[in-house]
Amino acid sequence: MSITVKFFASLRETVGRDEATLDAAEVRTAQQAWAAATDGREMPANTLIAINMEYASADASVSDGDEVAFFPPVTGGDGADHDGR
Amino acid sequence: MGVELRGEGFDPWAELQRHQAGRPQLAGKHGATSIFIGTMRDFNDGAEVQAMVLEHYPAMTRKHLQVISSEARARWDILDTLIVHRFGEIRPNDPIVLLAVWAAHRSESFPACRYLIEELKARAPFWKKEIRGTDARWVEHNTPG
Repeated sequence: MSITVKFFASLRETVGRDEATLDAAEVRTAQQAWAAATDGREMPANTLIAINMEYASADASVSDGDEVAFFPPVTGGDGADHDGR
Repeated sequence: MGVELRGEGFDPWAELQRHQAGRPQLAGKHGATSIFIGTMRDFNDGAEVQAMVLEHYPAMTRKHLQVISSEARARWDILDTLIVHRFGEIRPNDPIVLLAVWAAHRSESFPACRYLIEELKARAPFWKKEIRGTDARWVEHNTPG
């Protein structure tokens, strides 16, 4: 009965860990998973959340076996002034 | 439909040739091939950038690039798509992303290719960290198209 939590990029550095395993009986939402995995730290306003690889809201339900990821706004592709645009 | 994530540098022109050679069913059918190649520049916000590290969330990135490719195929009359995207440490002049769309006509291939890059930038979980001298900083958001 567990939920896997993952942190990426700047959030991983802020939180100081890349992964956590939670007891599924103790968390019901993504927000609660964040709180449990970060010792109650406040979630940055621009945080994106994915549950099982799909974008989700903080109040979305989580359940046993789920993978919940927290990360900052994405900056892939050609963007961020690095290349041809 | 190809989606590839690469930890090493790649030659976009060789990738195009290889992909097309592996799709004999395209021969004689694709009147139009639209491509986009994103390459790393050596400056950002007026400052010199020595390198950057591109982090990703592998399973989610792959899934969303496949979804975006499928959406393009549903929306436009196209024959095939290819997405190749780098991760790891990248140096100026390195290709970051290759997108290609094969179609009978350019009226389908151009907008589909544009769709791939815009949706990739909005949805695929990649994050850039710039290396400027001894400093490193996360790029917080993409520039508008």
